[in-house]
Amino acid sequence: MSSEVGTINEAINKKYAYGFVTDVATDSVPPGLNEDVIRLISLKKNEPAFLLEWRLKAYRHWLTMQEPEWAHVRFPKVDFNAIGYYSAPKSLADGPKSLDEVDPELLNTYDKLGIPLEEQKRLAGVAVDAVFDSVSVGTTFKETLAEAGVIFCPISEAVHKHPELVQKYLGTVVPQGDNFYAALNSAVFTDGSFVYIPKGVRCPMELSTYFRINAANTGQFERTLIIADEGSYVSYLEGCTAPMRDENQLHAAVVELVAMKDAEIKYSTVQNWYPGDEQGRGGIYNFVTKRGVCKGDRAKISWTQVETGSAITWKYPSVILRGDDSVGEFYSVALTRNAQQADTGTKMIHMGKRTKSTIVSKGISAGHSENSYRGLVRVAPTASQSRNFTQCDSLLIGDQCGAHTFPYIESKRPDAVVEHEASASKISDDQLFLCQQRGIDAEQAVSMIVNGFCKQVFEQLPMEFAVEAQKLMEISLEGSVG
Amino acid sequence: MLDISALKATIDDKEILKGIDLHINAGEVHAIMGPNGSGKSTLTQILAGHDDYAVTHGQVTFDGKNLLDFPIEERAREGVFLAFQYPVAIPGVSNVQFLKASINAIREHRGQEPLDAMDFLMLIKETIKKVNLDEQFLYRGVNEGFSGGEKKRNEILQMLLLQPKLAILDETDSGLDIDALKVVAEGVNSLRSPERSIILVTHYQRLLDYIKPDRVHVLAHGKIVKSGGPELALELEKQGYSWIDSGQQVA
Repeated sequence: MSSEVGTINEAINKKYAYGFVTDVATDSVPPGLNEDVIRLISLKKNEPAFLLEWRLKAYRHWLTMQEPEWAHVRFPKVDFNAIGYYSAPKSLADGPKSLDEVDPELLNTYDKLGIPLEEQKRLAGVAVDAVFDSVSVGTTFKETLAEAGVIFCPISEAVHKHPELVQKYLGTVVPQGDNFYAALNSAVFTDGSFVYIPKGVRCPMELSTYFRINAANTGQFERTLIIADEGSYVSYLEGCTAPMRDENQLHAAVVELVAMKDAEIKYSTVQNWYPGDEQGRGGIYNFVTKRGVCKGDRAKISWTQVETGSAITWKYPSVILRGDDSVGEFYSVALTRNAQQADTGTKMIHMGKRTKSTIVSKGISAGHSENSYRGLVRVAPTASQSRNFTQCDSLLIGDQCGAHTFPYIESKRPDAVVEHEASASKISDDQLFLCQQRGIDAEQAVSMIVNGFCKQVFEQLPMEFAVEAQKLMEISLEGSVG
Repeated sequence: MLDISALKATIDDKEILKGIDLHINAGEVHAIMGPNGSGKSTLTQILAGHDDYAVTHGQVTFDGKNLLDFPIEERAREGVFLAFQYPVAIPGVSNVQFLKASINAIREHRGQEPLDAMDFLMLIKETIKKVNLDEQFLYRGVNEGFSGGEKKRNEILQMLLLQPKLAILDETDSGLDIDALKVVAEGVNSLRSPERSIILVTHYQRLLDYIKPDRVHVLAHGKIVKSGGPELALELEKQGYSWIDSGQQVA
């Protein structure tokens, strides 16, 4: 226990540890958005014609769209012309052929972030596709995965090596016109992960991606596409850090998951973007569209997320349950403190028969933050004997924060079973007093209580992520007590 | 062990303690009795360090140290234990997790090694027998779904595990049946030692049948109006507290 107390004391005194900037000359496109910028991005990436056309189509559609304003979040209007849409580290102009060719400063960046690209074995078999700003820096474990037939590479590479797969699935789960930010992403996305698991293959290791926003005013528009063919399984981990900046940075990513029959995709996220200072200045805007489709019968998609960062979090990882007997799950812990805002939740769309969905959302608010859960459970007329269970719990720390719930249930089936439970509680002074009177200090007490509150979600995370998530919660809660 | 002099305290600008003087030697058991609203619980909360209360005057010396200077958890680690009148529940945090965190925080303060899982479990299993609680309770949330009696026994369990120097029991006997009362009394009596002091806050003489106090004090309207030996409690049982306001002396 003494080591744990030490950890808390350390955590209390820790500022945002990842707040540093790599001083590497970048090959950036000046801020502004128009068709020329898009052509330039496509050219720099040497993309096939179909993709340029796809981007332009998305851009033209985006021009006709309005920014949505229905979320329970407030922020100054984003000037899309003031953002730089491309930034690549210079040394990667021609793409690295091996890690030896990568700028050592870049690799040093990854060391600081705790991603030892050079010592792959230290990651205990986790392959890392490290996305540095807009271009991927090296991809590890490619050979091991190749043996299993698993494709795990940057999407910019997949577009050249597996264009038929990309063309077949890109934009099928999140269409270009789905929403304002998805359209923008479709026009200007620069990179992300591409995963394909062949039939019957259980991916031999957990796949992982780390992100970083480096240059000022460069939004991160990554695009991820994961396809699990029939009977396959993959567990994918996404973890993010970002440096301290004063101006807001837009992060409008799109993640598409496709699970064929009997396939399973487990997608876990630990998000730690810079949340802004105590007054709410700076910080990342995390406006993400994540969606999975259970295309075939008995397919399963699980989203697990631990969100502690970003100035504003706006995302609804969702599952479309098309196949009969398919399963969708959403486990979430969203922590907001100081002046953070979160409007997050999920959509479970039941279309197939006997489809099941489970939603467990744990929101923790502290400081002056606002934390909203927004969930949709829709049961179509074709989804006979379907079930949903939703549990939505809020924990308030202090009396200046807010927790809100916006559940939507649309059921067109009389035999659908839709259960919704909700609770709101606070860490009472009495509970803290009890802990303190037993020698446990307030920070540790809050940590224990919050951990207990989040247990159900943490249990869903792959082990190494669960440890990181708990540590992240402790660090994030510092200064929120008293 | 404990020296309270001229202690005055308020909550929300209302003065509750109007000048308390109390001296407790090591090894002694003191009972504090008195009518409702007299300030008994307030005194215990202030000794524990609850920050709802403001001490406006006076001093409290514990073991030679100025107790009021210490934050709540420091006082606990120095050996002050308060058994709550209404123990609160902490769902989601298991009893076992809570007890381990507590024991090890106190051990660390004393310069002792934290208990490893095996030793801890053995200690717990031994001790819960003394308070008649079932092992299963360890895996439930702290006080979650506990009956009143179980909560009070959980308080005694914690007291036995933490081995405090000064144990303050705030109406631990209220709401207990005879069997539970005996369990509580046995627990407290087992702690009696020359290095330890105990304060029992209670309305009723009944508890004092099982835990014989060395001194009994009557707290009323924020002051100690009378002190005596154990026989004072018996007299109060007969006379009640009305004599306090009418200025009559207890015979």
